Amino acid sequence: MTVHQTEIAQIEQHCPYLVRYAMLQLRNASVAQDVVQDTLAAALGGLARFAGHSPMKTWLTGILKHKIIDHHRRAAREQPLTDDETRSEGEAADALFREDGHWDVPPNHWGDPERALDNKRFLEALEKCTQLLPAKTARVFMMRDVMQLETSDICKELGISATHCWVMLHRARLALRECLQNTWFGKP
Amino acid sequence: MRLTCKQAAALLSQGLDRKLSPWERTRLRLHLLACDACRNFVKQIEFIRRAIRRVADRG
Repeated sequence: MTVHQTEIAQIEQHCPYLVRYAMLQLRNASVAQDVVQDTLAAALGGLARFAGHSPMKTWLTGILKHKIIDHHRRAAREQPLTDDETRSEGEAADALFREDGHWDVPPNHWGDPERALDNKRFLEALEKCTQLLPAKTARVFMMRDVMQLETSDICKELGISATHCWVMLHRARLALRECLQNTWFGKP
Repeated sequence: MRLTCKQAAALLSQGLDRKLSPWERTRLRLHLLACDACRNFVKQIEFIRRAIRRVADRG
């Protein structure tokens, strides 16, 4: 029995959460498991430095975020964006607007969407929508809207320009809005 | 001076990612005064940001 038994038990307790978080970001079970394992290894190695200043979950999530960013950085290096992907996504985004720049189908009022935040089925619907995003768009969107990295940091990690980054974020939001409209808010 | 909905939507989205210039903000404000759809759009993308964080925090 080491002195760290309690902490190890606590780390184990957070594993399902870490796997879920990684899955949302990486959308691939085996990659998510690898990243969580690296996180646990780093956490065990760093237990001495974890002084309990922050909650265990926050500390672990912090390590996991770094591991996810490492993964994205490697992936961006190995498979840079192709023009084809960029073009077809651009076409999908353009199709939401008419020639004259007006909305083809103007976004209508969603009523009181805040209530949906506590609805498990709504959160699942949103997660499904994120899974429909092209992988690279999803990557940038998750780094920004979930991990809350600054766009300048995302650009640096992924080796893309700020303008490209904004375009991808906008396309992700257009696509998610459209998906939620069709699968949730627009349903009779 | 006048923004189309397509331009306004792109700027509204960028407003979540960078500080817009005073000129951009003025043009957007004028557009939003006249445009229900873009007012709905900005509320919806802000909502999506809150919602996706909720998805991540679950568990």
